[in-house]
Amino acid sequence: MTADRIFRGLFVLYLLAFVAYLFAPLLIMGIAAFNESRFPTVIPWQGTTLDWFSAMWADAAMWKALLTSAIVAVLVVVVALPVGTAAALVLTTLHSRARSMAYAVMVSPLLTPGVVIGISTLILWRQVGVGGGIALIVVAQTTFIICYVMLMVMARLQRFDRTQEEAALGLGASRVMVFRRVLLPFLRPALLASGGLAILQSVENYNTTLFVRGFETPLTVFIATKVRTGLTPAVNALALVIIAATIIGAIAYEIARRRQVTARPRP
Amino acid sequence: MRDLYARFGGGLATIFLSLVLIWLAAMVLAPNLMMIDYALRPNLPPAQIGTKADAWSLDNFLYLANEGVHRAIFFKTIWASALVAAVTLVVCYPIAFWMAQRATPGQLSVALMLVIIPFFINEVLRTLAWFILLAYRGPLNAALQGIGLIDAPIRWQGDGGVLAGMVYAYILFMLLPIYNAIESLDRSQLEAARDLGSPTWRTHWRVVIPHAKAGIATGCVFTFMLAAGSYVAPALLGSPGSRWFTEIIYNWFFEGGDWNRGAAYALTLLVLCLAVVLVTLRIARVNLTDVAK
Repeated sequence: MTADRIFRGLFVLYLLAFVAYLFAPLLIMGIAAFNESRFPTVIPWQGTTLDWFSAMWADAAMWKALLTSAIVAVLVVVVALPVGTAAALVLTTLHSRARSMAYAVMVSPLLTPGVVIGISTLILWRQVGVGGGIALIVVAQTTFIICYVMLMVMARLQRFDRTQEEAALGLGASRVMVFRRVLLPFLRPALLASGGLAILQSVENYNTTLFVRGFETPLTVFIATKVRTGLTPAVNALALVIIAATIIGAIAYEIARRRQVTARPRP
Repeated sequence: MRDLYARFGGGLATIFLSLVLIWLAAMVLAPNLMMIDYALRPNLPPAQIGTKADAWSLDNFLYLANEGVHRAIFFKTIWASALVAAVTLVVCYPIAFWMAQRATPGQLSVALMLVIIPFFINEVLRTLAWFILLAYRGPLNAALQGIGLIDAPIRWQGDGGVLAGMVYAYILFMLLPIYNAIESLDRSQLEAARDLGSPTWRTHWRVVIPHAKAGIATGCVFTFMLAAGSYVAPALLGSPGSRWFTEIIYNWFFEGGDWNRGAAYALTLLVLCLAVVLVTLRIARVNLTDVAK
């Protein structure tokens, strides 16, 4: 009995250590944004300040990087949502043998290291005279972000009742109408969720983007360059703002999802 | 194919098919084929492209095989990535088991939220957080000195820093598949094992782990692949002595100016990753369909 209790106590300690492991680095990074010290740290504490936030706000290069990332993310969503949805529909309609083959090809970008996707895209487009830049970043990122959209839409499609389509057809709707009025509304939550995921994946991507960026500097590249060339707590301030934004976004998404689940389906 | 047209009609089905085919042909297949072509050709000045010298050969691969430093970094990247996967597995397994079998619904939803929040945050920022934590005059060294564990600061940057940062970055990819797998284990099986006198470790070894095999394999495969292809963690947390294979590839492209050799290196990395993925899945008898969820 006591052995059991010791074991349980040890496990609780392990859980606490795990939570500390998860959050200590982020907390320290966040707190360091308020320290006057020129190098971001929490020890020694040289005085509390908000100067790094205004330094970050006044950094034109940061705004340019943010704009680049935003443009890329929007374009990625515009390309990845339709293609990913189409892929999910094609895949779920295919017959079993062709299906597993097609599936393997379609998820292969997820099993490819990000740097390789960036490199192969760069090489292919150089042949036709297109160098690194926003267009190539979008192409390289959508290559694998389409897979995420496809998987999320497929998961939703599994719960779709095909008789709804047949009923609509029987009532005289055209096939395009059935798609627009029956299937698309049903897929809406999955499309919204995968749109959010696509934005997140696009903005946070570094490994693939690094190779196809040309002379562009998206946000992740901007931060990584700062770390190597002159890290000040202004970067921490930026990090803190991004973290706050992502957490708020995640909570908002979760609330929206719960509402979706509890809300009764519209007649 | 016929089903697709029957279901959506000619117009929509054609649009869907062409979108998918453009994606697969232009973005998945063509870049990889072109990369293979590049890898097999020598790096030549523009004037010589298309001449006799521009022929396929394995020279770029042989260069990697014969260049001692690069070869060593390649093998180091492989075993270090395997180590990352192993450490992540050891760290995550108890948590996953607890979440799947022991936690109350309330604890579970808190735990899921706690593990997911850090992973909504950018990989570069997470690595930056470790960069600050592990700095020579940073908080970790100060804390360890403060409690008297070490006398002088330790230079964490290097292999140790890369390992810590990578395990941190890929926890969720290991935790969730294992959690999903263990969750489907019927609790009565654990009770039966205990009633029959099995000690805890043997219950895990003979009941839980075999049941969670698919989840464990999935987690390991993803962690290995992400680690082997990672660039941020080694670039920010590493030292000159702990270079990663992706850094060598990057140098061929943007410093060495030899894209052909870089392509050969990247192809080697790709083939290795795919081989590890497929072999591991075959050994664990997991279907590719079950992997990507």
